[in-house]
Amino acid sequence: MCLAIPGKVVSISGDDALTRMGKIDFSGVIKQASLAYVPEVVVGDYVIVHVGFALSKVDEDEAQKVFGYLKQIGELGELEAGEK
Amino acid sequence: MKFLDEYRDAELAQKFAREIHRLTTKPWTIMEVCGGQTHAIVKFGIDELLPKQIELIHGPGCPVCVTPLEVIDKALEIAARPEVVFTSFGDMLRVPGSTTDLLSVKAKGGDVRIVYSPLDAVKLAEENPAKEIVFFGVGFETTAPATAMAVYQAAQKKLKNFSMLISHVLVPPAIEALMSSPNCRVQGFLAAGHVCAVMGYEEYFPLVKKYRVPIVVTGFEPLDILHGILMVVQQLESGRAEVENQYARAVTRAGNQPAQALVKKVFQVVPRKWRGVGEIPQSGLGLAGEYAAFDADKKFGLTDRRVDEPAECIAGLILQGLKKPHECPAFGTKCTPEHPLGATMVSSEGACAAYYRYRRHA
Repeated sequence: MCLAIPGKVVSISGDDALTRMGKIDFSGVIKQASLAYVPEVVVGDYVIVHVGFALSKVDEDEAQKVFGYLKQIGELGELEAGEK
Repeated sequence: MKFLDEYRDAELAQKFAREIHRLTTKPWTIMEVCGGQTHAIVKFGIDELLPKQIELIHGPGCPVCVTPLEVIDKALEIAARPEVVFTSFGDMLRVPGSTTDLLSVKAKGGDVRIVYSPLDAVKLAEENPAKEIVFFGVGFETTAPATAMAVYQAAQKKLKNFSMLISHVLVPPAIEALMSSPNCRVQGFLAAGHVCAVMGYEEYFPLVKKYRVPIVVTGFEPLDILHGILMVVQQLESGRAEVENQYARAVTRAGNQPAQALVKKVFQVVPRKWRGVGEIPQSGLGLAGEYAAFDADKKFGLTDRRVDEPAECIAGLILQGLKKPHECPAFGTKCTPEHPLGATMVSSEGACAAYYRYRRHA
């Protein structure tokens, strides 16, 4: 039910904050979503969309952190393997 | 899809799993709150990658599953009325009420329609002034901003033929209810990422302090879930109990403030009955006084219904993490997704349906 998926904002229409809509590209499938709750979002941003509403803007730096952490674990593992 | 596929990498998942194995020295019981996470865990076999000492229990975070029987019965009664167009998210249609379900009402001529967004229901109301358009407003904090906006826009447009049957539920009071139960076995929580995208995670600090239990805000892809579990295990193994955020690409500490503001304007916090669990104080959202005219309960005179749940369904024990689906005698025999006894077998996010789909031969 709380399924929400990331998509890229390809265009924005409407000036009123509460009725601002965006066309969102989900890997080639374009759907409309309300941008009422993400006033900061501009074309090109990725947003998380749930039942026709963008709920948050994807933070691209944070998105990379999990991979940075995995890299750290990997180096740690190799270090430990080297000590044995 | 960007921000999706890269979080499903099997090799990287193994890396997380190895790290969890390396760190785990004791048995730990962790609950994933959200049904979407339950579905992903069972589908991708994430639990099977974990050390035997780590038990995942599947929490009550499936709104379809916890919507009480009497609310389903009200939906059925409203949907059968000739003047009504009853609109709902698709996954509510097969949820069994006391005698039937919405799909059967539709088959008998009821005008029941699946909509993608609550705003589609508002549009229907504008286009069909002679019909009563009712939307079935279920969901957690994730969905509340969408239903709040539908009610708000209906009020702005002065629509008289739009109303909502509401069974919104809130996550933190459910965690509190679980933790305060004497049977509680949960030692750490994965909090639902999209609920926190809306609400932030400040509500969890008092819970962590009171119950000394780690709570990690976690996403929905396999790498997110494994990372979340690893963060909980790191806390448990080192004796810490803190709120941490694994899902920082979508969740900030304060959450989505414009969404919270509209939810607060349109709704008020109310006590709510959870199917299989019972009434939890301050655990739901109902319409605020200013918007009472949009309350389908009042419009159709259906308040104060109470219905008992079928005795042979153990969904309540499953939602509290006290039993696993395959421990139910009806599982896969008298109770299947085609003929469900209880809601946890209906929704793809319900623990029983997930086990039926992916684990029947286990």
